[in-house]
Amino acid sequence: MRARPIKYKVMIIEDVKIVINQGKQFIPDVTKAVVPAPFRGRPEIDPDLTVDVDALVNCCPVDAISANPISIDMGKCAFCGECALAFPDKIKFTNDHKIASNDRSKLIVKESDVHPITMNPDLIREEIRSFYGGSLKLRQISAAGDNSAELELGACGNVNFDMGRYGIEFVASPRHADGIVITGPISENMAEAVQICHEAVPQPRIVVLVGVDAISGGIFSGSKALDRSFIDKSFIDLYVPGNPPHPLTFINGILDLTRRKKNQ
Amino acid sequence: MNKKYNTSGRLTSIKNQQKISLKDIPVLEYEVFYQEVVQILEDVNNHCLSYYAFPFDNKLKFICAISADEEKEILLLSHELEKPDLPLKSIAGQHLAMHIFEREIHENHGVPFEGHPWLKPVRYAFNRKDRKKMINNYPFYKIGGNELHEVGVGPIHAGVIEPGHFRFLCNGETVLHLEIQLGWQHRGVEALFLEKKKLLQRNLLAESIAGDTAIGHNLAFCQLAEALGDITVDKNLEIERVIALELERMAIHTGDLSAFCTDVAYQLGSAVFGALRTPLINFTQAWSGNRFGKGLIRVGGTNYPLTQELQQKLKGILNDFEKKFTEIAERTFNLPSVLKRFESIGAVSTRQVSLLGGVGMVAKMAGLKRDSRYGQPFGAYRDLKHEPVLLGSGDVYARGMVRKLEVEQSLVIIRNLMEKLNARVAPTQPVPAANLKWAGESIAVSVTEGWRGEVCHIAVTDKQGEISHYKVKDPSMHNWKSLELSLRDLEISDFPINNKSYDLSYCGHDL
Repeated sequence: MRARPIKYKVMIIEDVKIVINQGKQFIPDVTKAVVPAPFRGRPEIDPDLTVDVDALVNCCPVDAISANPISIDMGKCAFCGECALAFPDKIKFTNDHKIASNDRSKLIVKESDVHPITMNPDLIREEIRSFYGGSLKLRQISAAGDNSAELELGACGNVNFDMGRYGIEFVASPRHADGIVITGPISENMAEAVQICHEAVPQPRIVVLVGVDAISGGIFSGSKALDRSFIDKSFIDLYVPGNPPHPLTFINGILDLTRRKKNQ
Repeated sequence: MNKKYNTSGRLTSIKNQQKISLKDIPVLEYEVFYQEVVQILEDVNNHCLSYYAFPFDNKLKFICAISADEEKEILLLSHELEKPDLPLKSIAGQHLAMHIFEREIHENHGVPFEGHPWLKPVRYAFNRKDRKKMINNYPFYKIGGNELHEVGVGPIHAGVIEPGHFRFLCNGETVLHLEIQLGWQHRGVEALFLEKKKLLQRNLLAESIAGDTAIGHNLAFCQLAEALGDITVDKNLEIERVIALELERMAIHTGDLSAFCTDVAYQLGSAVFGALRTPLINFTQAWSGNRFGKGLIRVGGTNYPLTQELQQKLKGILNDFEKKFTEIAERTFNLPSVLKRFESIGAVSTRQVSLLGGVGMVAKMAGLKRDSRYGQPFGAYRDLKHEPVLLGSGDVYARGMVRKLEVEQSLVIIRNLMEKLNARVAPTQPVPAANLKWAGESIAVSVTEGWRGEVCHIAVTDKQGEISHYKVKDPSMHNWKSLELSLRDLEISDFPINNKSYDLSYCGHDL
């Protein structure tokens, strides 16, 4: 009987050693964290440089670039960065990761747009901030997602990003949730499940689209295996662009949507 | 040419990443094809990479690609059908491992297989033969009687994971039988490979087949394109690609070990393994701009060379990682409370895995030597003489231990390869799509070893050198059945740890 408590003590010391060697892993303030280059975040387009517009539009694999004026739609952009490689002086991807918005049109970056992506306060329902400003439980639905956006959403809760500190969490049941977070382009086979899950969430409920596949279909756009009717008929509270979106993009997007800034 | 098998003239053998003219694969009578495949698969060193059918000259053409690991060859056999509704004798009746391929052919083309044990739909593809079969009406296996009950879970699960439906047949808390129904993730990937004609679109598609294996799948596509386009890549690029693939393996394995700990309520392991994954994927981002390496692998070259500066950074990260990983891994795999939940839980035997045709981690954890870095070496692995990690107990412990040992192995591989990188060689740019000319009427096979196991892409081209058929196989195709068997006679509460310990791909299976 004596051996056991001694061994137990040693084990505790081992655990403590591991904890000490780990040091501090959390990001102290996720609203101020910087993702280093060459991370591809918000793009910027130089208005003064003339390029072969057709070639520029055609080089995009997901039809995210439009002409007159030249613009990049981050809701369609797969952030592959190939346009910036082909036209390095015309297009640059900055490391600005705060690219989520509740207004679909704000995701479109035009020539000479160099300002941060913001929320449209007119589109935020009053009850969202009063109900969910301090706590938000979400039900994640992977609807034909490729598991990269899902992994990044999982990472939002890890010790580095620790989204739980803001009272934001993923929960198992839609009945316990305040909204749904959709990843993937929504396959025909998942369409009914998405609908049922959404209806099971009590009102007021929010709908968040995470990743290019969810927002526009991404590279799967035009596939006959998809059924995106849910997106077409639903009010979308937040678009989180990326392929997949960085955890900081998601967390900051949710915070900007649900919390009043001190100066507002 | 393969000495052991080509005497019959009934098959053609090629190397991984090699193309041949479609005409060079002999078209056999089905009876001969059947005998030949059955005989080749008798040898445990051979397993089926892919077996599929596609419309060709008003007929249905069947291609069977078998990996002969000892000889490092890919054996190709074919047969053709004019009337796809005539029944064929099922190879799965002799070799169960073929069951999933015959099911897929049946679902897509309606070919009936006589003597198949279980001819059920695979994924309810949008272009399936019988559109009347619906995903919400799957024919689950049933047992009658009042004492048993069924538990249905999914398609949406409790966690942040992909959808699939699990149907448990239980006697009290004990699971008698589990059946997994997939298809919810079907996006029509193979059809999109034909519809999206730009090279870059196909790169993006390959990266999205399974986003957690972006490097494994995209590398398979790029090597296939290089084989069809007669493009050779330099040694440095081959090394960089293998480093990227091994980093992907390390990152996912480490993240998985975190999830193992979460599911057995070992909080310290969960937090520490989870935190250890971060510097690895952050390095991949510092290298390629994306935490999953999307954008890194391109045909013929790369836009993101592994510079001296990045190599120095990687060395530092790996040293720090190794120290912390060893510490927590030693602790986890020696902790009685953890071992109690790992050992002998969800065990499958070597024979079971061999029968089901398991590949990759699932094969290795059950003591079956299947690893395409060894069996179909590609790129820089050709010089490495890779020896796979092998365990034998086939339980949760073995599935965890395989990951721990593979992480350690990857560390060695990456460090060795970095020594071999030649700083004087200028990085190669990707081949511009306009310069890429693919051989006409050809077929090429490309195999890579993703972290789950063997990834296989096969393309067939038409007269103009345009892709006329594209076939993708994720290792999960072979391995889902093994998870079903693992659950037998366990308590249903052991499902989460078993599911996590397999960590199979839903989207890779559903395509």
